[in-house]
Amino acid sequence: MKKMRLAAAVAFAAAMAMSVTAMADDTFKIGGIGPLTGGAAIYGNAVMNAAQIAVDEINEAGGIAGVQVEFMPQDDEHDAEKSVSAYNKLKDDGMQILLGTVTSTPCVAVSAEAANDNLFLLTPSGSSPDAIAAGDNAFRICFSDPDQGYASAQYIEEHQLAKKVGVIYNSSDVYSTGILATFQAGAAEASFELLDPQAFTDDSKTDFSAQLQYLKDNGAELVFLPIYYDAASVILTQAAGMDFAPIWFGVDGMDGILTMEGFNYDLAEGVMLLTPFSADAEDELTQNFVASYQDKYGEIPNQFAADAYDGIYTIKAAIEQAGVTPDMSISDICDGLKAAMTEIEVTGVTGTMTWTADGEPNKSPKAVVIENGVYVSAE
Amino acid sequence: MSFLSYLLNGISLGSVYAIIALGYTMVYGIAKMLNFAHGDVIMVGAYVAFTAIMSAGFSSLPAVLLAILVCTVLGVVIETIAYRPLLEASSSLAVLITAIGVSYFLQNVVLLIFGANPKSFQSVVHFKGISLAGGALTISGETIVTILCGILVMVVLTTFIGHTKQGQAMLAVSEDKGAAQLMGINVNGTIALTFAIGSGLAAIAGVLLCSCYPVLTPYTGSMPGIKAFTAAVFGGIGSIPGAFLGGLILGVIEILAKAYISSQLSDAIVFAVLIIVLLVKPTGLLGKKTREKV
Repeated sequence: MKKMRLAAAVAFAAAMAMSVTAMADDTFKIGGIGPLTGGAAIYGNAVMNAAQIAVDEINEAGGIAGVQVEFMPQDDEHDAEKSVSAYNKLKDDGMQILLGTVTSTPCVAVSAEAANDNLFLLTPSGSSPDAIAAGDNAFRICFSDPDQGYASAQYIEEHQLAKKVGVIYNSSDVYSTGILATFQAGAAEASFELLDPQAFTDDSKTDFSAQLQYLKDNGAELVFLPIYYDAASVILTQAAGMDFAPIWFGVDGMDGILTMEGFNYDLAEGVMLLTPFSADAEDELTQNFVASYQDKYGEIPNQFAADAYDGIYTIKAAIEQAGVTPDMSISDICDGLKAAMTEIEVTGVTGTMTWTADGEPNKSPKAVVIENGVYVSAE
Repeated sequence: MSFLSYLLNGISLGSVYAIIALGYTMVYGIAKMLNFAHGDVIMVGAYVAFTAIMSAGFSSLPAVLLAILVCTVLGVVIETIAYRPLLEASSSLAVLITAIGVSYFLQNVVLLIFGANPKSFQSVVHFKGISLAGGALTISGETIVTILCGILVMVVLTTFIGHTKQGQAMLAVSEDKGAAQLMGINVNGTIALTFAIGSGLAAIAGVLLCSCYPVLTPYTGSMPGIKAFTAAVFGGIGSIPGAFLGGLILGVIEILAKAYISSQLSDAIVFAVLIIVLLVKPTGLLGKKTREKV
């Protein structure tokens, strides 16, 4: 009986190996990992939807250098362990290039795996510095957290938005603490006074009355929110309840607040955020993208969607620059692409980007403000 | 002045914990089991009210009543299918694990039906609250309603248990199931009634929780559930006034710790206080001392 099982296992393993090597070599297989369920699902779904749009467009136009592209999305529920399982599953399915992961914490774990395998990784929106630190195979489309924090402090200083600035951040989240650290560095150089940052954790993101009371009592004129929109919506509601109305200043995690079901959008009126993408931009590229996204999924794409859309086109540009083909090994494709990344310049819906060898994009953020329930440029 | 407003905020948070803790302590006190799915019944109640208001156009009160009805039925169904066979057959540990299983089951079913995107819950309380001392102190309408509901529920429960036949039967079941059965009390029916009441309370708690803190996700109930369970233990599990008191104190400690010590350490401080109280008074603030007879 034991032998039978062993034999069956061997046969199964052999079959698996066969199926992997027998994969067709005539398409580029791009994997995608992100939260499709769970609290951060809005980001993962936006990324996968937009990536699929870009892949469909590319395939319709004849593929990359004549080669068709297949996009394979996987769910990680914004959980590092599940993300690594999704990564292994995708590798079994023949993934050659990874667009992902969507959120920072899982990305740290997956990029370590991808660095071991020397598999090319391009995260659309994993903004923590650690997300692409594991190897030279990893790049990103969005700003890193440090850039966001520092740029926000600079923006507040340059536009003289406030003299006293408060912060509410999530001390249990690497994304939030990363932005806070550089915001503090930026604030140290600025003329405004930074109040003691107020923390909350994933386990205590229901009640913000103590934090808000502190900021109100200390006269904060602007409150910086380096957090995701779900907690921000509670903060805005509670602040309105206690007649506290500073300028609210968010980062890319704030994106999504306008698609939240049941939310009283009046509360988000006047909220500012730094983002590289605004859906009301007038250029043709953005308008086409917004139109096809709306057409297909019935909503206005957020910044995560824009990052993913640019991500797929960046992979296309890098493949064309490097001249890699699908029959090459994963490692050879990666070596080709990572050299090409520092050479290309991509103009996408999130701006014109070039990359440094350590994976960071160069592009400039725009400030938008929410007016009548839509983003408009703050300039 | 700012101390007073912190205190009010603490009472406001505490009153939400208190009303959740009442459900926990009721089920524990009578059925002698920890219903870890209580937090998720709360979440289901909130989703029912949310859907009734947003999609079916109900006004607040009918929506709350519908939520209570759905949760009551849900509580009885959970008890009958998942807990009763185990309560009769095996150890309390198995029931505890089943309760955790039911908790995850409910979360995932709601995830499947409503999706993961957080919903913003519109408060069912429509008056604006009271402003004192020229706007320096505000007590929100939600806080007032939550506290009043908490007190009302506490009084009604105590009266029900102390002065009705069904309530006396509950007390008897909690003292000794075997003896209660011999005296002609329908033990299973009584426990089912306990779950029905506990789950109905959960629906009220869910609506009030989400009115005060308006984000609704499939995981909304779990952390407040754990905090409220802590509050119930703190006040003396099984004791109804204890649960109310425990909830209020827990909320106040949490807010004061955030305000005066550290917003990062507040949860650690809350649980440290709990440990100290339990070391000094192992049965909780108002818990009964029970002696094991040999």
